[in-house]
Amino acid sequence: MSLKTEDVKNIAHLARLAIDDDAVADYASDLSNILDLVDQMNQVNTDNVQPMAHPMDSQQRLRDDEASEPNQRDKFQSVAPDVESGLYRVPKVIE
Amino acid sequence: MNKNTSSTIKELQTGLAQGKFSSTEITADYLTKINLLNPDINAFITVTQEKALEQAKVADKIIADGKGTALTGIPLAHKDIFCTDGTRTTCGSRMLEDFKAPYNANVIENFENQHTVMLGKTNMDEFAMGSSNENSFYGPVKNPWAMDSVPGGSSGGSAAAVAAGLAPAATGTDTGGSIRQPAAFCGITGLKPTYGRVSRYGMIAYASSLDQGGPMAHTAEDCAILLQSMAGFDKRDSTSIDKEIPDYTASLNNNLSGLKIGLPKEYFAEGLNVDVAKNIDEAIKQYEKMGAVIKDISLPNSKIAIPTYYVVAMAECSSNLSRFDGVRFGHRCEDPKDLEDLYKRSRGEGFGEEVKRRILIGAYTLSAGYYDAFYLKAQKLRRLISQDFTTAFEEVDIIAGPTTPEVAWVTGDKSDDPVSMYLQDIYTISVNLAGLPGMSIPAGFADEKPVGLQLIGNYFDESRLLNAAHQFQQNTDWHQMSPEEK
Repeated sequence: MSLKTEDVKNIAHLARLAIDDDAVADYASDLSNILDLVDQMNQVNTDNVQPMAHPMDSQQRLRDDEASEPNQRDKFQSVAPDVESGLYRVPKVIE
Repeated sequence: MNKNTSSTIKELQTGLAQGKFSSTEITADYLTKINLLNPDINAFITVTQEKALEQAKVADKIIADGKGTALTGIPLAHKDIFCTDGTRTTCGSRMLEDFKAPYNANVIENFENQHTVMLGKTNMDEFAMGSSNENSFYGPVKNPWAMDSVPGGSSGGSAAAVAAGLAPAATGTDTGGSIRQPAAFCGITGLKPTYGRVSRYGMIAYASSLDQGGPMAHTAEDCAILLQSMAGFDKRDSTSIDKEIPDYTASLNNNLSGLKIGLPKEYFAEGLNVDVAKNIDEAIKQYEKMGAVIKDISLPNSKIAIPTYYVVAMAECSSNLSRFDGVRFGHRCEDPKDLEDLYKRSRGEGFGEEVKRRILIGAYTLSAGYYDAFYLKAQKLRRLISQDFTTAFEEVDIIAGPTTPEVAWVTGDKSDDPVSMYLQDIYTISVNLAGLPGMSIPAGFADEKPVGLQLIGNYFDESRLLNAAHQFQQNTDWHQMSPEEK
């Protein structure tokens, strides 16, 4: 399977990942090689095989909908790049 | 090669209990050695000298008061993927260069409750993505056995630290072999427990359905001691399993007579280095001498384990790493012009090449219209790979083979070709896909570099693995070799 530079740019946009223009061709080549490896999956027939999401096929545990954690906003925001009055600051979204 | 002078945890426990030395003394000794050797080996990203000495002082007081537990005062190194309250956690990435987690990982909590001493945070491939520790923003780690070679990855810093005697033991994580492969390359003992045995809470996520934390140490006995503290149910990890924890040291001395060991023919096929194979054959003979019964088995779907693993891992990594958006924590770019620019440049600058490749592949395989062909197909193959093991364990008690197809390669040799690096994980990744426990133990040398023997157990059968590994170590001295005295 071969990815073109346009495909790489599109995927990078979907992943919200800036990549340098001069690196796009290298990514296209590396990612195509990885997809060639992945293509080996089709050597095995998987009709009627149940997909496996968890090794022990565990069910999602549920809990009562009760507040269990104390409010630690100040501590959590101490590692934020930009906060003001307890809010996270980002560039203007709506003009 | 001479016997190792580095102490095991067992020896440190005895020395502390008998008052031969204090935690402060041994902590200072390890710190001295770290300060001397780490600038060259680069096993640690952060050395927590002051904190370690403070913790050691507290531990000494607790021991003096007769209130110590099994691990009180024991110095440990932690992979920099485990969140540590107040000490930065980088995960090997520029993205988290200044990140101080606001809480401790469950594994760290369990150790702190026993008043262990943290020597520092060990180097790793960025976000645990790699098999050579060359993908760290903080520079590659050197293999103490061959300074021109890689220590393995992603827990390469932990493995190198233990091998070089910079710490008696360390924590690691294993998503596709990241405990076992560096343990093999650095000549130490490493255990990846059953999926769900050790809590993932506070362990920065790479591929959540595969990630599992575990111990890395000189001996199987030390791994048993450490696992005892690491294992257990944690309601904050939604895939943690609520199951009784056996006494892992109690069964170490069980007799191996009649133990059925399966050798998967796929693990001894083309691609396995001849000198590695010789060491593994010798190790199997040793097990026969100890009374084990050897059986040939087959894991027919092994051949598609690598593509299956990389689809599952990359899809999950692409989802997990979407949390790094430059808003709430982590790297933020300068002067973003709008929100999309903030996301894209913060992530573009914060992540290294391999992480970007995996996010891109993951985003591609999960994009509209491709889910069935990639992720769903991989999950179906995962079922088949897992069933191979279920069938095998109807006939045998444990499975043995090489941990890796070759010994540690020279730094830079595989870094230009991601796929050639992925192929090195051939013997370790099926274990993660199935969720089984696996170990690597030292089993000789090829090209003067350590060879690892892999032991794979059935679900929650860590006791039997540790027993088999310990008995091997009672009859061999590979685990006592030290690079210093090579």
